[in-house]
Amino acid sequence: MDPDAIPFLPRGVRLHHDRVRDAWVLLAPERAVSLDPVAHAVLSEVDGTRSLRQITAALAARYDAPAEEITKDSSGFFKALHDRRFLEVRP
Amino acid sequence: MTDTRPPIAMLAELTHRCPLACPYCSNPLDLARQEQELDTDTWARVFAQAADLGVLQLHLSGGEPASRRDLEPLVTAARDAGLYTNLITSGIGLTERRLQALDAAGLDHVQLSLQGTDATMADTIGGYRGGFDRKMKVAEWIGTIGFPLTLNAVLHRRNLHQLPRAIEMAVEMGARRIEVATVQFHGWALRNRDAMMPTREQAREADAIVAEARARLKGTLVIDYVPADYHSDYPKRCMGGWGSTGLVVAPDGQVMPCHAASTIPSLTFQNVRDTALRDIWYDGPAFNAYRGTGWMQEPCASCERKTVDFGGCRCQAMAIVGDPAATDPVCIKSPHRDALTAQADAHAAASADLVYRIAPGKPVPEPAD
Repeated sequence: MDPDAIPFLPRGVRLHHDRVRDAWVLLAPERAVSLDPVAHAVLSEVDGTRSLRQITAALAARYDAPAEEITKDSSGFFKALHDRRFLEVRP
Repeated sequence: MTDTRPPIAMLAELTHRCPLACPYCSNPLDLARQEQELDTDTWARVFAQAADLGVLQLHLSGGEPASRRDLEPLVTAARDAGLYTNLITSGIGLTERRLQALDAAGLDHVQLSLQGTDATMADTIGGYRGGFDRKMKVAEWIGTIGFPLTLNAVLHRRNLHQLPRAIEMAVEMGARRIEVATVQFHGWALRNRDAMMPTREQAREADAIVAEARARLKGTLVIDYVPADYHSDYPKRCMGGWGSTGLVVAPDGQVMPCHAASTIPSLTFQNVRDTALRDIWYDGPAFNAYRGTGWMQEPCASCERKTVDFGGCRCQAMAIVGDPAATDPVCIKSPHRDALTAQADAHAAASADLVYRIAPGKPVPEPAD
């Protein structure tokens, strides 16, 4: 994934706090994807204005983790969501 | 049962009324009449109870949900309850203005059914002249408003050759998903096996078409595929396991573990008019009847796949073997599998006229055979 590309959640895909199971889920057409704390942290940074590079930098700073590793994990996660059409990317 | 988890999805059959008459309709033969349908306020109460119970995804279906004049307030109630709200429709009964109102009410997603890829096929299968042209108009409006769209193509012997075009149409419409659903023989479809059973060759070809399209359209179109049941080696993982992830509320408020469950005569169903959804889910006799694996007989009880497919479909075991606790006869381990293979091939080689679904309250026609 291009580090300057901007990921965003398309219409019909949203983060939702599941109060019954006390967990975060990604709601999409006819799907509910359980999010672990890492996945939730990554998706919480997706605001439709910041690039992958900016998102991973913010996560690296917040969690005091190596940016390279975070970039690799986030890219893989975004790619998987993109393949399922739960995430779009604009250049 | 203490290990029962909350449901994720609820199918709300708002009405059994429908302008179409598809011969594979999954509604029961005994259709609820309009005067038996739950009213707006009762549905709103059920949606709130569902959200409290843990339901995340609500599917508004029917019949044709657009036949309900209160569809817009029902969507508002569903969103107010916090549910992800999906409309499963043929498109008939929707206007551009109604779709805009549904958009304003917060509808999340639309699943549009496809009976065929041209007017001749679609209107023949749906039994409704002009339906295809109208549906194409509705698809345009859906695109203009920007609703995420899933196309739901129901396939059988008469239209399986149209599968490649159906996939193309989904891409052209900007759909994110297509459900390629080979007819499951329940409800009205059970009366149409001679007319609609795909051949084994068709089933194999569809497998290949789907596999090729999935690879080619990765990231563009997600393809969910329901293969031809009778020609498979293992049964479908029906409902993800009985009473484990989803529930169905019929137009009259009866709550069922799946939409065909009323075909199992030994089950007793409860109604949201007088019982809380939570009590029905956790303690209802129909939900506990085939939950987990304790009810299983051999060969299921000792099978390594028993938590993979949960013995398949209880309604199919009932319909074909006459015992709802039997192994789904589709399974290659079922003693009835050879008979089913012969039966499937005979249905596929037969020819018969379509037996159309009738309107609620009308006498049910006898099958052709």
